[in-house]
Amino acid sequence: MNNNNNKIIEVRNLVKRFGNFVANDNLSFDVYKGEIFGFLGANGAGKTTAIKILSGLSYPSSGKIMVAGYDVYKQRNKIKRSIGYMSQKFSLYEDLTVRENIHFYAGIYGLPFKQIQNRTNELIEELGIQEMANKMIADLPLGWRQKLAFSVAIFHKPKIVFLDEPTSGVDPITRRQFWDMIYRSAEKGITVFVTTHYMDEAEYCDRVSIMVDGKIEALDTPTKLKENFGVNLIEDVFIKLARK
Amino acid sequence: MKRFRGFLIKEFIHIFRDVRTMMILFLIPIAQILIFGYVIKNEIHDANVAVLDLSKDNITKEISGRIDAAPDFVVSDYLNNYSDIKEYFSSGKGAEVIVFEPNFAENFYGQDNARVQLILDASDPNLSNLINNYTSAIIQTYIADQNMSNSPNAIITTEPRMWFNEGLKSSYMFVPGTMTLILMLITAMMTSISIVREKEIGTMEILLVSPLKPLQIILGKVTPYILLSIINAISIILLGNLIFHVPIIGSTILLLGVSILFIIMALMLGVFISSVTKTQQIAMFISMFALMLPTILLSGFIFPIENMPKVLQWLSYIVPAKYYLIAIKNIMLKGVGVAFIWKEILVLMGMTFFFLILSVKKFKLYI
Repeated sequence: MNNNNNKIIEVRNLVKRFGNFVANDNLSFDVYKGEIFGFLGANGAGKTTAIKILSGLSYPSSGKIMVAGYDVYKQRNKIKRSIGYMSQKFSLYEDLTVRENIHFYAGIYGLPFKQIQNRTNELIEELGIQEMANKMIADLPLGWRQKLAFSVAIFHKPKIVFLDEPTSGVDPITRRQFWDMIYRSAEKGITVFVTTHYMDEAEYCDRVSIMVDGKIEALDTPTKLKENFGVNLIEDVFIKLARK
Repeated sequence: MKRFRGFLIKEFIHIFRDVRTMMILFLIPIAQILIFGYVIKNEIHDANVAVLDLSKDNITKEISGRIDAAPDFVVSDYLNNYSDIKEYFSSGKGAEVIVFEPNFAENFYGQDNARVQLILDASDPNLSNLINNYTSAIIQTYIADQNMSNSPNAIITTEPRMWFNEGLKSSYMFVPGTMTLILMLITAMMTSISIVREKEIGTMEILLVSPLKPLQIILGKVTPYILLSIINAISIILLGNLIFHVPIIGSTILLLGVSILFIIMALMLGVFISSVTKTQQIAMFISMFALMLPTILLSGFIFPIENMPKVLQWLSYIVPAKYYLIAIKNIMLKGVGVAFIWKEILVLMGMTFFFLILSVKKFKLYI
């Protein structure tokens, strides 16, 4: 898997400064096609800053960054077509129905109308929410909103989906179901880049990077990380790094 | 284009599904125009005035009689000396004292230099201004009549008519003013709130990550409000015309064109406000205070700009509502064409571009 041709995100010496504050201090890492890449760190470690740069919401101060084979400085429009994004806010319109939300988001990605119709029906069936399809989002339970938000983020079949703390504030059962959805989309070949501060979720990732104060302090598979630090849980790896 | 259409449909759904938005858009304008039209009038109705006659001749009596006979005036008191004036005003009995100088008749016949002093309680500047104009008009008419009948050489040439608003009807002034206020507030406030709402619920990030361009997002947000505001403008003009009989002497198309320009300007201002605020409350707060107060106070809507201190007069130059108000008053009440209001149109266009460019720039790097 770790073959050079398979790199889908390539980051070299990424620096992001806000005045004197360095939010991302010289980050370098690669993400490979089809993997679930976990981006861990405490609140304020610089995860969201990095994900915003990778998804084209913000410019880096310096560094070379390629996403889906495109340069973040010059080819933003091409990057935008190749990625999906979901933030910790669920980002669906509460006053629109499930169907209307799907149609709207599919529409702004320019999918043809016929295709939108067919795939909307498929998705509603897949999620088993036929009876909720014409309800407003405001009337949907939180767990469903979040699963729907994820489905909408990958509706246009992006190469990469960026998830910024997608499970914060959700009950454990829904989190588990959510991760099942992430696995399914990774199986379909979508690369998943996910930030989280739930350490147990790190165990579900193919590879994990741990950020402390704007720097990447460790990057490997969860098993190897635990071996290297001689602990049983990713949480302990994290605590060791944070105390250093 | 297809993307843009989908965006527009979504915006219309937001507006039509929200009862509050619909009320602000369509009920408040009607309520405001009716309130301003009926309640806040500054017409003169049976205004009390006092006469301090230091001459007590037949001419001063005739003039006092004419003022008393005028439909909107009642001479309620006859004062005896200057010191009574202050007491008269403090008692609140009336707002004007007419003072005839001693030997008024002699001066009038002799040197054509008879002097009447009008002293006004200016605590209500608009009302006193109206009373002042009206009284002068009555006196001028009297003098003119005298000149006609007695001596052939008419010396007084003042035109006593109140132009553009002969009946001194306040609704003539209030309809354009209220229209300015409503268009400014509703368009700027509604767009800024609807854009900031997307920031608050997090959907703005998704829109910015999507292939939609910032300009497309702005236009998509703004277009529904352009259409709704035009409907608003038309209904206000109709209400003013049908209920308060405010005339539209000039071209209706020009009036509508200038209104659309002003609406677009206000929308761009709304977009700009949204780009510098993070919550709906702050956006509303800024719209209310930064837009409503200057629009009411500094546009010439209620208080004449010429009567303000110099600093406020300068400040009024940056209030967009001032230019729109001048333009539509001129079109509606005087019936002028583009030749007379091109300056105002140009200023409004300049402001529109200014805010558009500023917003697009801000939008791109707001995160």
